Amino acid sequence: MITKDAEKAAPVRLAPAVEEPAQRPRKFRRAWDEIPRWQIYLPLSIYLVFTLVPFYWILLFALRKPGSTSLVPWPITFEHFEKVWNERSFGTYFQNSVLVGVATLVMTTLVALAGGYALARFDFKIKNAFMLALLCSQFVPGALLLVPLFQIFAELQMINSLGSVILAETVFQLPLSIILISNFIKNVPYSLEEAAWVDGCNRFTAFRVVVLPLLRPGLIAVGSFAFVHSWNHFLFALMFLSNQDKQTIPVGLNTLLSADSVDLGALAAGGIIAAVPVVIVFAFIQKWLITGFSAGAVKG
Amino acid sequence: MAQAAAVAKPPAPPRRSRARRRVSATPRRLPYLLIAPAALLMLGFIAYPVISVFYYSLQHYNPTKPWRNGFAGFDNFVHAFTEDPLFWDTLVFSAKWVLVEVSLQLLFGLALALIVNQTFVGRAVGRAMVFSPWAVSGVLTSAIWVLLYNSQTGITRYLADMGIGEYGTSWLSDTSTVFSAAVVADLWRGVPFFAILILADLQSVSKDLYEAAEVDGASRVRQFLHITLPHLKDAIILSTLLRAVWEFNNVDLLYTLTGGGPAGETTTLPLYIANTSVDAHNFGYASALTTVAFVILLFCSMVYLRLSKFGGESK
Repeated sequence: MITKDAEKAAPVRLAPAVEEPAQRPRKFRRAWDEIPRWQIYLPLSIYLVFTLVPFYWILLFALRKPGSTSLVPWPITFEHFEKVWNERSFGTYFQNSVLVGVATLVMTTLVALAGGYALARFDFKIKNAFMLALLCSQFVPGALLLVPLFQIFAELQMINSLGSVILAETVFQLPLSIILISNFIKNVPYSLEEAAWVDGCNRFTAFRVVVLPLLRPGLIAVGSFAFVHSWNHFLFALMFLSNQDKQTIPVGLNTLLSADSVDLGALAAGGIIAAVPVVIVFAFIQKWLITGFSAGAVKG
Repeated sequence: MAQAAAVAKPPAPPRRSRARRRVSATPRRLPYLLIAPAALLMLGFIAYPVISVFYYSLQHYNPTKPWRNGFAGFDNFVHAFTEDPLFWDTLVFSAKWVLVEVSLQLLFGLALALIVNQTFVGRAVGRAMVFSPWAVSGVLTSAIWVLLYNSQTGITRYLADMGIGEYGTSWLSDTSTVFSAAVVADLWRGVPFFAILILADLQSVSKDLYEAAEVDGASRVRQFLHITLPHLKDAIILSTLLRAVWEFNNVDLLYTLTGGGPAGETTTLPLYIANTSVDAHNFGYASALTTVAFVILLFCSMVYLRLSKFGGESK
């Protein structure tokens, strides 16, 4: 919503006298209104080439016939996709990845909502210690804890079960999510909740009816973070899942990458399968992302 | 899913208070119940592993050589600092990698954010495309750039067709080009992170400031230096710090793109640690290296925050 408003306001965002935008004296025009267009489009185009060529490259390799060196994927073939999906079991990987991603999303959001609410609304003895722990854990690299984590999951009999990956992803996603959500909740006036109590709601109902709907942009940002992150991350899955039918998409990609002679067509097709859900999520959340961030993260 | 349900429970307790009618009175235990799931998860899966890393760093521990296991004192640390050239090589490479990546990402990210913060035709599409690599994983980034860099059908072949460079060039297996090649691949995915964060912060610069500056006749460069940059300061400090830690710790990209090679040329300290523990099973030594990495990270972060006067006067 903020972004929308800003966009609407942008062309007329001028001197305080907004009533008659058409007759504004020229010298009060905003400086950036005078930026020559080429100074925007030229650097942007150059950067877009850098951003988009790699995407085009992977599409090209995925869609053209094996052995072809044409720079246009024509005639289009889907044989790489069929091969990867069936022979290289990306079908199974895909299911596993979806399961891990959705479970991580749900768990992270629920646990972070509870913790974030406590931080935003209550003063309690260990609050500062808890905050400090959240911040410090940002410095703890999951990759360096692989061995002790492996031992813990072995102890819990969870090696080779998706549960271990879901738990590990959730835990490392939590600190940032809690901090973000508590900032979002702080932005919702407490008086709204109190008004609901007066109307006879208990704390939980008041939260669900009054606060939760207002948290939507924030929850979308946090939830999609959790999903995308667990969808993309591969070290935990690589370490904790050894059965092929339990593995996730990034592990499958790594297998293709580390083969002695890399099958480039299969690699490209597998990469696109890995990218599709993320692209969908991204397209869906893009407009919430900036809003979510400016409300939660940077405000601190 | 059963897990999720169990964890979801804690928000429920306030329901009890319905019996007491006075909802606004805070049940004293409520905040503790609310943070309990998060706290327990973090204790079990972050704090406990960290402590066990510290413990193992003082042990000889290698499951493949059980006869040597036992208390080691500071042997592992002494070995790292005095007898292991690989430790120093990887540490130096890590520093180089983090510095180059973070400064280039900040530079391009800032420029990009300033550009897409302007009003122009096609801004929404432009933003979406510019930000798109943000969500791409390290492994997928590697896959894409392996396709681009491969010697037979990669970009060099087509450049050679146009008369630039030679056929059969493989940037990833040549020690003189592998660093730049990896840096570019990671930049591709890292720049949008900064651009998104900085753009978000740009939204909150007060417009009045620019108008006042405009009236005073300040040029665009001066407006940037005296209004925009001071406003962005805290966001820049925080995002560079987070990113530096992240770049230091993250092994996905280098692990899959170069595998630390050729000839160990692109092995960061965390990658070396992962190899030591996973391939060589030398958990004790790997734990000592991890401890050293922790201390270095913590120390550098403190120094950085102190030097940059984070959160201090921003004008």
